[in-house]
Amino acid sequence: MLSSSPLDATFAALADPTRRAIIARLTQGEASVMELARPFDMSQPAISKHIKVLEQAGLVSRGQDAQRRPCRLEPRALAEATSWLEHQRALFEARFQRLDALLEEMKAERRPAKRPTKTTSKGVRR
Amino acid sequence: MSRNPLKLGPQGDRDVVVERSFDAPRDLVFEAFTKPELVKRWMLGPDGWSMPVCTIDLRPGGKGRYEWTSDSGGPGMTLNSTFKEIIAPERIVHTERFEPDWTQGDTIVTTTFTEKDGKTIVRMTITYPTAEGRDMVLKSGMEQGMARGYERLDDILKR
Repeated sequence: MLSSSPLDATFAALADPTRRAIIARLTQGEASVMELARPFDMSQPAISKHIKVLEQAGLVSRGQDAQRRPCRLEPRALAEATSWLEHQRALFEARFQRLDALLEEMKAERRPAKRPTKTTSKGVRR
Repeated sequence: MSRNPLKLGPQGDRDVVVERSFDAPRDLVFEAFTKPELVKRWMLGPDGWSMPVCTIDLRPGGKGRYEWTSDSGGPGMTLNSTFKEIIAPERIVHTERFEPDWTQGDTIVTTTFTEKDGKTIVRMTITYPTAEGRDMVLKSGMEQGMARGYERLDDILKR
């Protein structure tokens, strides 16, 4: 196994700006290493290394054409990584926004109260 | 009111970390996380879900139970937890398991509350029993994700 967890490899691969740029380019269609290297101030072998990382993460595959071996995006691996982020993020965002509103209410309740504020941790032991 | 940014992502093989700051003192935030009548008001799913049952016995070995139902009458969801460590209002360690279980065993959740300049940073580290279990959870939103295709990619690439 290349990585303890396939998704770790995906996230690690996406952490690098050059690799993200390569992915962005490939969303427009397949491209050869030479074509991918063009916009970057980088040697072809350096770009090849980045592509290898993307390949190992399952984000990119190489075509059979012996000469060009075009790179193409593997949308499934990408969707796995991005959908989870979106899904979890949306859930927590929604929850925490509700919590923000609740905390505002709790702060407002506490503010005008002249009576001694109640402590929170009733019944809590270490 | 502008929202505080949410940090969320995998860490190592088995963890998922969620971090967010709240504009409130720590004791209030801790209360909102541990008092059932307060938890019921925010720890919900998407719109249309409610939490009719929430019980929390906040002491080491104590149990928590959270039951969600959907207005549409579809199947609900239950989460059972056992508290392992409580340092109010700083830290809670608990295990949790969904009914039906889809994470291959108990997950361990460590929640820390750190107060700084009147704000509270909440950091939850969710540790899955296995790397496979975590990744299964990570992939649980896949169906939805496939449908929306590349739109979402833009956000990731911009980060």
